Amino acid sequence: MIVRVRVEQTPLPGIGVRHDLVTSSGRTVGVVSHRNGRRDLVLYDVDDPDACLASIPLTDDEAEALADVLGASLMLGQLAGLRQQAAGLLTEQIGLGAGSPFVGRKLGDTRARTRTGSSIVAVMRDREVIASPGPSFVFEPNDVVVAVGTREGLDGVTAILAGDDDG
Amino acid sequence: MHDTTILLIEVGALLFALGMLGRLGRRIGLSPIPLYLLAGLAFGHGGLVPLSASEEFIEVGAAIGVILLLVMLGLEYSAGELVGNLRAAAPAGVIDALLNALPGAGFALLMGWDWRAALVLAGITWVSSSGVIAKVLGDLGRLGNRETPVILSVLVIEDLAMAFYLPLVTAVLAGVGLIGGAKALGVAVVTVVAVLVVAIRYGKQISTLISAQDAEALLLGVLGLTLFVAGVAEELKVSSAVGAFLVGIAISGPVAHHATQMLSPLRDLFAAVFFVFFGLSTDPAEIPPVLLPALGLAVLTMATKVVTGYLAARRVGIALPGRLRAGLALMPRGEFSIVIAGLAVASGVEPRLAPLATAYVLITVVTGPLLARLPDYQWFKNFVRRRMHPQQAPVLKATD
Repeated sequence: MIVRVRVEQTPLPGIGVRHDLVTSSGRTVGVVSHRNGRRDLVLYDVDDPDACLASIPLTDDEAEALADVLGASLMLGQLAGLRQQAAGLLTEQIGLGAGSPFVGRKLGDTRARTRTGSSIVAVMRDREVIASPGPSFVFEPNDVVVAVGTREGLDGVTAILAGDDDG
Repeated sequence: MHDTTILLIEVGALLFALGMLGRLGRRIGLSPIPLYLLAGLAFGHGGLVPLSASEEFIEVGAAIGVILLLVMLGLEYSAGELVGNLRAAAPAGVIDALLNALPGAGFALLMGWDWRAALVLAGITWVSSSGVIAKVLGDLGRLGNRETPVILSVLVIEDLAMAFYLPLVTAVLAGVGLIGGAKALGVAVVTVVAVLVVAIRYGKQISTLISAQDAEALLLGVLGLTLFVAGVAEELKVSSAVGAFLVGIAISGPVAHHATQMLSPLRDLFAAVFFVFFGLSTDPAEIPPVLLPALGLAVLTMATKVVTGYLAARRVGIALPGRLRAGLALMPRGEFSIVIAGLAVASGVEPRLAPLATAYVLITVVTGPLLARLPDYQWFKNFVRRRMHPQQAPVLKATD
């Protein structure tokens, strides 16, 4: 389901580096990262794909906000897609409270999939999405776990993470 | 005591005038280099206002200006970038050298100058101004363009080639002949390769010697190291400029970033003094006789730069408009051409070289950035589009 996009990286000696990608609609977008921290969002011309049509300088905050908006809507979109694909399968975001017994412990220790049939597909931490965490992934307080499974299965995961289920 | 007072008045008035000129240049979108050169011509020998007490001071300032120009250039590139770029862009660099250095050399021989002057003029016409071009690309919003890495890699190769060219010219102008020149070139090659290897392997350790935390210590440390190495290099006849360039390359990481910020204002000050000094040492009365040859040389070598950019961009699969943008952007010559000409002036190899170089740089540095804008005009785009898609022409044919 996740389509890998080819992001091309080009060094700009003396200036910084440029990343760009061609979208499925045929447009090219890129980011010029200056060595001094400045970032330009660049959009390429349709008629002349070598030239950029617009170059928009972004401050740190603006770049972060834009990345958040794009990242969050992407996450929601993927989850909605999952839900549609398989009827009866649900996705849920489950917060890990500071009192959870799994804070500081490995994801594998929850044995969530074995015990409930639900999978932990991602963890959101500090506004970042960590996709497909492995069994050795260590939880931190305030992590939000994204799990996929049946209603009972998800309730089971919630109970395990909260420490209500001592199995 | 009296001399110091006059020096303060002269230098103060000069810098104030340069500040006003720089402001004017920014207002009309012109690089300050031509304005500083013109200011230098206006003062000094044969100029309107003679500077008597401060000439020696300005001469020392000019020498520091060259060193700072080069250490900043070295700081902009990391050793890894230079070497990595070399592999990919070497053919473009060779095309650039052949197309642009040879016309300069040929022109000098045509003027009846000796081979040493030809070697100097070859360098003057070869090297584009990385400072002016980087600024033009930024101003025109072309940093993201696909032809921009091509332009930058040509500039990087030119700058790296200077590490070999400058020692050669320095030695040849010192009158050691071809064999002495070859020896200097050999020393330069060994030194540059050694510095690059050391910088790539141990760049981090060198940079930790100079702490990036303490601004004052950083400024004095980097500046001191640069001047020291430049002096030693000059003593070894490898040219102080190259010594400074290598120091800049050897420093990397956060130290390089902070040093760039600290040294920028100093560079601006002393580079301005350097351009003025070059103008000072040229008698404005000598310019009119060489103006026509300079114009011819400028037109010829600006055309060869367009061909260079066109070919370099074509190599990496850029379309016609991008090739033209690359070519037109490469035209301005600037600080390096003046540095090279400055070496020749100091040795007194050919009296007409300095006025010719002044006129040449003035022409290319003023017209180059203006011509670089051409591809952004709609009529130019339409013209290029017609050239790219000649099959659209039959519509016209049917009507007549």
